[in-house]
Amino acid sequence: MTDERIKELELKANDIRVSIIDMLEDAGSGHTAGPLGMSDLFAALYFEIMQHDPKNVDWAERDRLILSNGHTVPVRYAAMAHAGYFPIEELKTLRKFGSRLQGHPERHALPGIEHTSGPLGTGLGQAAGMAFGMRLDTNKQHVYCITGDGELDCGNIWESAMFAAHHNLSNLTAIVDRNNIQINGATENVMKLEDLSGKWTSFGWHVIEIDGHNIQQFVDAVNQAKAIQNKPTCIIAHTIPGKGIKEIENEFEWHGKPPTAEEEKRFLKELRTLRGKIEATHSQ
Amino acid sequence: MITTELKLHNDVFNTDALDKAATRDGFGKGLVEAAEKDQRVMALCADLAESTRAHWFKEKFPERYVEVGVAEQNLMAVASGLANYGKIPFAMSYAAFSPGRNWEQIRSTVALNDVPVNIVGAHAGVSVGPDGATHQALEDIATMRVLPNMIVVVPADSEEARKATLAIAVNDKPSYIRLARAKTPIFTTLETPFEIGVPQIVYQSKNPRIGIIACGSLVYQSMLAAEELGKEGINVSVMNLSTIKPMNEKMITEFAQNVDHIVTAEEHQIHGGMGSAVAEVLAQHAPTKMSFIGMHDRYGESGSPDELLEHFGFTKKGIIDHIKKQLA
Repeated sequence: MTDERIKELELKANDIRVSIIDMLEDAGSGHTAGPLGMSDLFAALYFEIMQHDPKNVDWAERDRLILSNGHTVPVRYAAMAHAGYFPIEELKTLRKFGSRLQGHPERHALPGIEHTSGPLGTGLGQAAGMAFGMRLDTNKQHVYCITGDGELDCGNIWESAMFAAHHNLSNLTAIVDRNNIQINGATENVMKLEDLSGKWTSFGWHVIEIDGHNIQQFVDAVNQAKAIQNKPTCIIAHTIPGKGIKEIENEFEWHGKPPTAEEEKRFLKELRTLRGKIEATHSQ
Repeated sequence: MITTELKLHNDVFNTDALDKAATRDGFGKGLVEAAEKDQRVMALCADLAESTRAHWFKEKFPERYVEVGVAEQNLMAVASGLANYGKIPFAMSYAAFSPGRNWEQIRSTVALNDVPVNIVGAHAGVSVGPDGATHQALEDIATMRVLPNMIVVVPADSEEARKATLAIAVNDKPSYIRLARAKTPIFTTLETPFEIGVPQIVYQSKNPRIGIIACGSLVYQSMLAAEELGKEGINVSVMNLSTIKPMNEKMITEFAQNVDHIVTAEEHQIHGGMGSAVAEVLAQHAPTKMSFIGMHDRYGESGSPDELLEHFGFTKKGIIDHIKKQLA
């Protein structure tokens, strides 16, 4: 990708972060750290990687994005709004009565949401089912499944990992948001996940580890995943929870709480500074 | 007397004259027929192809058969993904494990997600026999009927199971079909109508005192009991309530309004099952004295199917004894 294109995508990620802070403060509840940490991945998915059409959400030839860690849906809503699925102002209805933007995503509430999710550990199996069906129909679309790292505690994930490898579902790519936190604390203290890369490899997956804030690395990893024809790929994306807002980065307390009005002001100011840095860095 | 419009077997009370098969066999045939009619039909199985009768489908449509291994949670997640993509998956295991083990996957990825997965719970009830309590699902009607969007069907014989399978293949809804392992008399025929949500009064007495509402193998046993009680001057009518959800409130209410006492009969816990569903309807629309044939808050045990059915009162004799006790 050109430097100009990377700059555009990084600015999109910044827009997504601004919307996340804005909508969570309005909602008064919800998850902040995970969505901020995944903003670069979502900017790349919605604006570079995925084949999709915001004006034709049921397009049969679209790629499917399964969000297994449904609690991080603010990042998806923000990316969808910026991509043109619905007006950006609607983000302010998040978690409110009658809103299409349910606290955890509902397939029937909002066009473009592929599946209802939130209960952890079930997305990878659903993604594998879609990938199996697509291959049977010799359709060339790709299925992306984002999982949290905490949800890798769930046995269902590893049932799905065995299944996808056994059936050689190379049209399925799992993206693990490796941010090292979950509700009760650091993942390695709650329930040890390492050697995570070794686990996926031993289950029969091709594994790529990336810096989840480096869009070029992510795009390259996806291209590599698509080139591998005999097994599914797991991209372990190392991310910083709360990325972009220094005072909350890596703080597990921010897993499940929104910013206050005062914090919002401070955080948005920091994101404006970050925007200036992105523009300056890429114009050199 | 039997209801002639239903075109039941013409020698229906001569049990020896009836062919016998398990409802799982009718399901297995229906699944192949459904797959012949629609290439979107797929079968997923958690390492139980032969005993759920999925192997007939597997032999004929190997490319549409999906092996999931002993992983019932994933069975349901994968089925959800396939249905969401546009397929018509049948996901099968023993009812003790699916929906027994994967209820949350069913709730969120199938029922709330509202995708047309057909959940097939085989080996339900004590008639599983020697495998014992662990494998005798007696709670599945309760756990499935409580879910919004879910259709719940308990076929009364193998032929009805075949028709029910064809019906849920085209209903575009999350559906649960409950099957038994034991061979039981096939008292319906190819011509017997079947429609989801439409119960059938299979045995109609004049001025009945008792109305039995039954599902599964208890329907035929209830008919035998009604025939015998009629000879003793106790008039009994019998309804086959094979669709437990959605409930046909109108037909159940009308049926109850013509009797003094409703007996429900099912191979399931009395708490939360078909009888409870009937009670919910009657309490609102036609309060009627009721009693319940079912498992009374206990698990099953090992034994031959016939021994267990006899022991727990799921036979003609058990039903007659129950009714006489109610009338005493």
